[in-house]
Amino acid sequence: MRRRDFVQLAGLGAGAMMLPVSAFAKSVDPSRLLEPALDVIQKKRLADVALNASRSAGASYTDVRIGRYLNQFVITREDKVQNMVNTESFGTGIRVIANGTWGFASTNDVTEEGIAKAARQAVAIAKANSKFQTSPVELVPVKGYGEVSYKTPIKKNGFEVTIKDKADLLLNANARAMENGASYINNILFLVNEQKYFASSEGSYIDQDVHRTWPFFTVTAIDKDSGQFKQRGSFSAPVGMGYEYLDGRAEDKIIGPAGVTLYDKSYDMVEDATMAAQQVKEILSAKSVEPGKYDLALEPSHLWLTIHESVGHPLELDRVLGYEANYAGTSFATLDKWETKKFNYGSKQVNFVADKTQVGSLGAVGWDDEGVKTKEWDLVKDGTLVNYQAIRDQAKIIGETESHGCCYADSWSSVQFQRMANVSLKAGEEQLTPEQLIGGIDKGVYIVKDGSFSIDQQRYNFQFGGQLFFEIKNGKIAGMLKDVAYQSNTQEFWNSCVQVCDSRDYRLNGSFFDGKGQPGQSSAVSHGSATTRFNGINVINTARSI
Amino acid sequence: MAIFSKDEARAILEKVMKFSKADACEANLNGSNGGNIRYARNTVSTAGENSDVTLVVQSNFGKKSGTATVNEFDDASLEKVVRRSEELAQLAPENPEFMGPLEQQTYGESKTYAEATAKITPEYRAQAAANSINPAAAKDVTAAGFLEDSYGFASMMNTKGLFAYNRSTNVNFTVTMRTNDGLGSGWATRDYNDVSKLDTAEASKIAIEKAVKSSTAKAIEPGKYTVILEPAAASDLLQNMLFSMGARQADEGRSFLAKKGGGTKLGEKIVDERVNIYTDPFNTEVPASPWTQDGQARKKMDILKNGVVSNMFYDRYWAEKQGVAPVPFPGNAIMEGGTASLEDMIKDTKKGILVTRFWYIRTVDPQTLLYTGLTRDGTFYIENGKIAYPVKNFRFNESPVIMLNNLETLGKQVRTDGNLIPYMKIRDFTFSSLSDAV
Repeated sequence: MRRRDFVQLAGLGAGAMMLPVSAFAKSVDPSRLLEPALDVIQKKRLADVALNASRSAGASYTDVRIGRYLNQFVITREDKVQNMVNTESFGTGIRVIANGTWGFASTNDVTEEGIAKAARQAVAIAKANSKFQTSPVELVPVKGYGEVSYKTPIKKNGFEVTIKDKADLLLNANARAMENGASYINNILFLVNEQKYFASSEGSYIDQDVHRTWPFFTVTAIDKDSGQFKQRGSFSAPVGMGYEYLDGRAEDKIIGPAGVTLYDKSYDMVEDATMAAQQVKEILSAKSVEPGKYDLALEPSHLWLTIHESVGHPLELDRVLGYEANYAGTSFATLDKWETKKFNYGSKQVNFVADKTQVGSLGAVGWDDEGVKTKEWDLVKDGTLVNYQAIRDQAKIIGETESHGCCYADSWSSVQFQRMANVSLKAGEEQLTPEQLIGGIDKGVYIVKDGSFSIDQQRYNFQFGGQLFFEIKNGKIAGMLKDVAYQSNTQEFWNSCVQVCDSRDYRLNGSFFDGKGQPGQSSAVSHGSATTRFNGINVINTARSI
Repeated sequence: MAIFSKDEARAILEKVMKFSKADACEANLNGSNGGNIRYARNTVSTAGENSDVTLVVQSNFGKKSGTATVNEFDDASLEKVVRRSEELAQLAPENPEFMGPLEQQTYGESKTYAEATAKITPEYRAQAAANSINPAAAKDVTAAGFLEDSYGFASMMNTKGLFAYNRSTNVNFTVTMRTNDGLGSGWATRDYNDVSKLDTAEASKIAIEKAVKSSTAKAIEPGKYTVILEPAAASDLLQNMLFSMGARQADEGRSFLAKKGGGTKLGEKIVDERVNIYTDPFNTEVPASPWTQDGQARKKMDILKNGVVSNMFYDRYWAEKQGVAPVPFPGNAIMEGGTASLEDMIKDTKKGILVTRFWYIRTVDPQTLLYTGLTRDGTFYIENGKIAYPVKNFRFNESPVIMLNNLETLGKQVRTDGNLIPYMKIRDFTFSSLSDAV
């Protein structure tokens, strides 16, 4: 048995099972999370030790990452704080090229001696592995940026908010849910701070302070007589923001179709918990969906996950090349399809952009984990596949002269590799509101927030659920549905896209837990879209009796 | 360095207990050495080793507890970590579900350690990878695989006199073989405590065969089919069911074991009477630690007996609240099998589908344990007792509870993912759509 689902036994919802704790993370006093670690001068001195030691040992390229990874979790249910976890992980990872081959070593001994030793070890590993190397590593050029820095533009550092204030917020939301008829609520707050210093033999010394925040709850309602239970997850998003995300400002609230309150750049947890309790009871008595073909209106809080699975992953170049064949899988979007310059990924309405720059997104950083300045680029333009996501040792394969800047490691102890950038569906050019979009649908389903998800290893066939489902009849919302999931094929699905609402409806959502690699690494990524219509999608009914 | 003997661990933990001034103190001292090698495109992509040792100290005053961690073991560091855990405990809110340390326990003799695994070298890993890559390269097939091994110890002590120690070793190997035309894919997995049982060439040969044989897959209509599930295919669905057998969830009414009108299905028959699943930490094929992380003794215990739910899992808090004995979550699961080999089961099948593995399994409905996922890396149509041809992959929507009610035949057991699972023939397994994925 694996420990992965240990927390499930405690009755927590799905999102709580994987705490994204960095490797070698130690439990610490919460006040420790506010203490500074090394200053930039000390970090530069240590980085230079690594660069010199590896060069002397025969490396032709070196990068060094001195990383401090801080996490805080506040875990509650109903009227109890079940746990508070504060962790710190501090160490150095050194990656080199010697004999045309990568080598990597890491250490939590962040001293001149410890770092020099790890640098020499990385070179020794590269030289040993070079015996198996069939073609030497080739990096596309990158500029040396000198001494630069980046900080997530937060307004409030979540680690500075007292534990009591955080616990009070969660318990207050829990109390509102219980007052409004919830049987149970599990409510968790995750805070992440990555303090990353990067230096390379290309002449960059990059200091970055990256913050992420994710409040998440699951409300459960039980109908004892029928033995049925239903759940509704929070309408929050994981964000690349500080604690200001929890301000719940009026201007960030949207009353969507079907009267559902949705959130943009800040989130009102207490209000959402209240609504969740009311809605989850409604789900219990909702009409079970009639299976068949429907036009779908997919809200951004739902569509992000479909984009993530059916666009973000298949367009990762390492998957396309076969490096993930034994785990995450390969990709249907093969190089020969891309080379035709005509591969029809979706309809003309479909434009996907990748970026590591959107303010408030999980992917936003100044430079990636191999010192490349981040940017935005097209993946699918007017429905045609035009590019992939590639890093320095891959970019040449697709004829690029520079990396896309999407290299990431989840810890100082993990080797950096290509990870998904934010991948987003561009908003429609023509003025269109979600209400107008739904107004044009005769027989459809409007889906809010992500739920169950599954896709094959080459990213063709998928099935998605959601949190709230509403029947659309003759252009109007006709009540709530339950037991809904839709199945489709990536290319067919995106070719059935007929309308995308305009930029007023564009919002981000995302995941803290995108998994890839062996040993596995976790990465956080956002996806933006506006409400979008897909015609004639196969909807199945998921009700069973056991 | 990262592995302490029983005496070394006891000596450190005894010092920790002496420094304690709290109502109670409990400490876990764990360490491991691990290594791995990863390959893809018929060449090694990454290889590494890591080692870590950590002492976690939890002190409590009443129901207020605090935890602190350290990886240095001199007297000053040990005293500091105890003081810090006590300071944090004083600051913490009361946790009404906090359970104090356990009294001294009696544990059975562990079988989780194998010397050969503890002595794995980087050269061994490189050779294991080469034994997988070379036969692939010779057959117009591309290998991608991962081998990971670990040697670790776990120990704990508390101020009520409990002391526990265990050493364990593990090795996991998976390999995916793909034909170079991209039309065929095969896979194999092996896991052992004792690496001397691992033969990466043997596993790779099976994966290569599956890849080559699956490269002319035909599309057949989705629907309800008789399936033969290889143990690796059934394993995830069965584990998902076992993970959902917590007593608290059932008592709270949010589990597949909750009953209409209240109460649980404990003692009720929920699947075919030939289904017997139990746990036994002392089974030599799939040994597990004799104790849990909180020091409870693990024992041989029925989970499903003749299709009846014989045990749900109670943590110490929920057991006390419900007035029953705690039932710790098992360290392994053993499903009784039959004597039929896979070949026998195929011979005995008029029409059916052989499934190598499932992939991307996710919950659709926790109420009915409905899961969705896909077949992957070798799916074959069986006709008149023979494998007739490979078929394209399917998406399934199925519940392990329904699956175990539709049991036809149980075959031989195989170790997979630390558990013993038999080959199973199941009727009316629900495939709901086709996938073009290879």
